[in-house]
Amino acid sequence: MALLELRDISKRFGGLQALSLVSMNIEEGMIASLIGPNGAGKTTLFNTLTGLYRPDQGEIRFQARSLVGMKPESITGAGISRTFQNIRLFGHMSVLDNVLVGMHTRLDSSLVDIFLASKKFHAGEKAARRRAHELIELTGLTGRENEWAQQLSYGEQRRLEIARALAAAPQLLLLDEPTAGMNASEAQSLMGLFKDLMGRYVKAILLIEHNMRVVMGVSDCVHVLDYGEKIAEGVPDAVRRDPRVIEAYLGTGDWLKNAQR
Amino acid sequence: MSAALVVPGLCLYIAVSCALAYIFPQSVLAFLLVEASLLLLYYVHISDRVKFLLGGLVLLVLLPVLGFSNAYYFEIAIQIGIFVALALGLNIVVGFVGLLNLGFVAFYAIGAYLWAVFGSPQANNFVPAIMGGWFPLSANWFFVFLLLSIVVGGAAGALLGLPVLRLRGDYLAIVTLGFAEVVRALVNNLDKPINLTNGPRGISPISKPPLFFKPLLEFFGIQVSDAALYPMYFYFLVLLLVCVIILVTQRLENSRVGRAWKAIREDEIAASAMGVPVVRMKLLGFAVGASFASAVGVLFAAKQVFINPESFTFMESIGVLAMVILGGMGSVPGAILGATGVTILNLQLLKGLSLWLNGLRQSGAVWSIPLLGDLSLANLPAQFEPAKYERMIFGLILILMMIFRPQGILPPKQGAKK
Repeated sequence: MALLELRDISKRFGGLQALSLVSMNIEEGMIASLIGPNGAGKTTLFNTLTGLYRPDQGEIRFQARSLVGMKPESITGAGISRTFQNIRLFGHMSVLDNVLVGMHTRLDSSLVDIFLASKKFHAGEKAARRRAHELIELTGLTGRENEWAQQLSYGEQRRLEIARALAAAPQLLLLDEPTAGMNASEAQSLMGLFKDLMGRYVKAILLIEHNMRVVMGVSDCVHVLDYGEKIAEGVPDAVRRDPRVIEAYLGTGDWLKNAQR
Repeated sequence: MSAALVVPGLCLYIAVSCALAYIFPQSVLAFLLVEASLLLLYYVHISDRVKFLLGGLVLLVLLPVLGFSNAYYFEIAIQIGIFVALALGLNIVVGFVGLLNLGFVAFYAIGAYLWAVFGSPQANNFVPAIMGGWFPLSANWFFVFLLLSIVVGGAAGALLGLPVLRLRGDYLAIVTLGFAEVVRALVNNLDKPINLTNGPRGISPISKPPLFFKPLLEFFGIQVSDAALYPMYFYFLVLLLVCVIILVTQRLENSRVGRAWKAIREDEIAASAMGVPVVRMKLLGFAVGASFASAVGVLFAAKQVFINPESFTFMESIGVLAMVILGGMGSVPGAILGATGVTILNLQLLKGLSLWLNGLRQSGAVWSIPLLGDLSLANLPAQFEPAKYERMIFGLILILMMIFRPQGILPPKQGAKK
């Protein structure tokens, strides 16, 4: 039984078929990558998965439970959390608070607990803070806890997004271009982080990535999208040699022949 | 200044300012110095315990003593307290959740009318005659209605929130503005066919809260007339309410609810992706803010004895919003300071300036100004009173603030939490 199962997902925006009949399985213990040229529908797929869009057709099952029609916050509660391609941190909140917001679904203090500052409230807050510090340390942001998120550097913001997503205690982590704008060594250390996360923090990771070194380095399985359709799936080496993938990225060369003629 | 000198210095300052205010009960300046002592307390670096001790001394002992020498001090303090409570409520909606609300005064009106209708003979007009004669309810019901107003205000807030949650920014602001106008139009017109609110004529007399502690005072042989007791009583009631509101706000702010509110303000989509139930949290924000305003409305009605729709105009909403913005959106100390500052400006500074100018005019002094010749102050037109320019001066201050300190006087602190 796969952790996440997508069956024939389609999504249309007016005249644009953003996704057509995309199916895939994410197994437990697997780092999967989603690649494809710009505009292939990768982020649309993420948004559909996390409830921001509702698919026109198709079925999404997570741990044998259907996610179609669920609100984003319920999907997070069910165990999927994500990062954003264009960083969407809470800029005027501290690093610590950003991570703590991610724990919203895991804290169960009621309004009465909060008003009375009950034992339960304090215990919950204390545990949450401890875990937040642990995640901040994991993502290498120790010492920046009290700074506002908008003051972090670009790379730090990307890592804070990961820490915030992990705070929701997800089983499946969705990362939208986590190494975008990072240099080679930063990307390298992030790859190490992904492998560390597996098993200890999350059961599976699905990442959208343009950096092929990262894709080939960490993925157990690669899915390729082009114009909203899935054109290939398999282990990194097989996908790399797939003629349809090469065509999607480099073109057929027809235009060159036509030009020469 | 060395730390050892700070506390004695503060004590000296408080003692001197209070003595001045006591000796010169008419002096605006002296009372301003007393008020400034609280601001000073907020800024100096001393232990929290000493801060609370000194603050408590000023608020619980010194101010009441001053108030007995000049009841106007109580009036100012009560007004400040009311606006602080309103600003704190609006700060939750605008500062924390980030929803622009231009009709906040509607909830204030709801609370005020709740007590006004049942705490006066007004309710006899529509409650069937069999049950008639019940009203006005006895003063003891005041506290029941204070609690009830929290529920009613919260429900009204959530009710307004429900249809408008899909709206954002400008659209939401317009709807809230409309809501406030609807509430005002309703209380203005609900005197026919059934007289619910007595329309523009307003409601009077409204019961005051019970003087439950009077027997105790008499037991100790203290004889004070009710008229002298009420200002102090209201002062302590407002102070208590403000303290409760501050406590609730702070607890909420440092809990998952407060963090969720701020997350929604920063980025709604990211917040929902992090598991924050956006709709529920927005409704909660609306409800909590509204319940503060509604509770303070009950107090306002009881204090004023007479209320009419004129007290709940659009300008009132804008005034409270300006307090929140001036103080610093999303900051509790900011909202308190903003409300206090603006109220003092309106009630004391501008009025004081007017008085001073009037005094000059009556003195008939002549100023010689180079190039312009002699200026006889007696000829100064009456339109020149600062109190008449209240809104203009206020607007100028707002403009200057937005240019030089757009984040407000006391914006949310960074890295303040442990």
